[in-house]
Amino acid sequence: MSDPAMIDLSSALTMATATDPGMVRSHNEDSLAAEPQIGLAVLADGMGGYNAGEVASGIAVALIREEVRKALAHPEPPGQDTASGVTRAERILREQSTNANASIFQSAQTQPQYAGMGTTLVAALFSDNRITVAHIGDSRLYRLRGDSFEQITRDHSLLQEQIDSGMISKEDARHSMNKNLVTRALGVDPDVETEVHSYEVLPRDTYLLCSDGLSDMIPEAEIHSTLETLKANLQLAADQLVQTANDYGGRDNISVVLIHVNDQFAAETGWVSRFMSWLK
Amino acid sequence: MAKLIISVDGQVLDEVELVKERTTIGRKPHNDVRIENLAVSGEHAAIVTILNDSFLEDLGSTNGTTVNGHPIKKHFLQNNDVVEIGKYKLKYINEKASQAGSGDFEKTMILRPAGGATSTSTATSTRIGDPTATRPGGLSSDPTATAPAPLPTLAPGRSIGSPGGLPTTVTGSSGLPPLPVGVTSAQPLPAAPQPAAIQILTGPSAGKELDLVKNLTTLGKPGVQVAVITKRPHGFFITHVEGANYPSVNGLPLDAQPRRLNDHDIIELAGVKMEFFHKPG
Repeated sequence: MSDPAMIDLSSALTMATATDPGMVRSHNEDSLAAEPQIGLAVLADGMGGYNAGEVASGIAVALIREEVRKALAHPEPPGQDTASGVTRAERILREQSTNANASIFQSAQTQPQYAGMGTTLVAALFSDNRITVAHIGDSRLYRLRGDSFEQITRDHSLLQEQIDSGMISKEDARHSMNKNLVTRALGVDPDVETEVHSYEVLPRDTYLLCSDGLSDMIPEAEIHSTLETLKANLQLAADQLVQTANDYGGRDNISVVLIHVNDQFAAETGWVSRFMSWLK
Repeated sequence: MAKLIISVDGQVLDEVELVKERTTIGRKPHNDVRIENLAVSGEHAAIVTILNDSFLEDLGSTNGTTVNGHPIKKHFLQNNDVVEIGKYKLKYINEKASQAGSGDFEKTMILRPAGGATSTSTATSTRIGDPTATRPGGLSSDPTATAPAPLPTLAPGRSIGSPGGLPTTVTGSSGLPPLPVGVTSAQPLPAAPQPAAIQILTGPSAGKELDLVKNLTTLGKPGVQVAVITKRPHGFFITHVEGANYPSVNGLPLDAQPRRLNDHDIIELAGVKMEFFHKPG
């Protein structure tokens, strides 16, 4: 697996995962992957009858993990493409979301037992002191930086649209009966619009990727305090979050990927950045 | 499908299903829910229903609208809310909410733009007559009254209750104090175990007591040795968080797994002994 040309981020990033069917569902339709070496975390919450949901989320996660690994193995500068203004990480995640969409859509079209399946997606790729996040649907990325805990992604859901239009307050939204309606998903249409953004990363940041089985069950302040209290033991924090969601009723599958940034991870491409990292 | 159960003085008069995107309530005949009572404004209130959620809005009525006793302008209806208009009670029932325990509820579904919040426009017009109730008081016009404020838009191309052609005059008597709408606690909290506390037995803080009220209570020094006590519905558990040494309970060191704490267990952490004990609930 180790490619000498590739940067190994496993000392800069610690990752932990936990997933559980919850207290109500008989099986787990969530899928996830954490690859600290290549700086990738992927989480998908599948939907569809019988076991089609886990097929859809499984395809998305497996395909993105393999293809991102392949794409990163190509020696290529990670910075911005001057013509398009798009970074390599952004381009890779967008391309692989599109591929995953096509692959799930095709399986759903050709195999009757998978008709109508789909999945949400949140994928984070760490590169050159930045995090690039791609998402579709209501699986989320949160960031804990210092004392501030923030939701970075905005759901593609009916409820989020209602919050945006001022129709319902964020507090009232917790009571909504429309929580489960996503307006975008991977694999349900021939095309999908993936939302992709990049942000600066600081050492000691902690990132959380989660399915709605976590964020719908636990109040945000309690997710925050759990991360704050237990981030020194990332696996324990992940397990504790799943357990708390179950203690609140665990009505849906619960999945968590946690990433703690131990150190900088500048890409060593030119003499400038090499010099800068030498200074630090 | 959500519905309203309309009653007066405890007598159920009617049941109205909220099938339309916008259900109007008022005294005039064109309303979907017509209440023929002088205390009710011509166009009194409206309920906007989007899939499984309904929003109630007072349309600048003379005598106001209350929900569970609180005057409202705009309110996100919750299952079993009681809307009061004059002496009429409209109880909001959301069957989706009452089925919340069943497994299929909350299964994530894709909402296609085309198949969105389409609602059939079958007009279920309801008429409620109360000819005995004549209540002329409070209908006198007041020149100082202000016009109803424009209402917020809902989504592109749609708006909640545009107050077009409101026939009623807003009177001073409707100026109810703007009480905050009571929002109940966001989550059904998990059941709490019997209260418990920790008493420090050795070291400089000996004798100190620490109530375990939070869901997570950390003990120890960050970077050296830390353990966490988690409060769960069925009891308290201690888990090692960080540090080369693991804490012990009754002389036995913990492993990576949480350990349940029993009354009068002795915890030893970073050379300090402490006792876990239950308090009278």
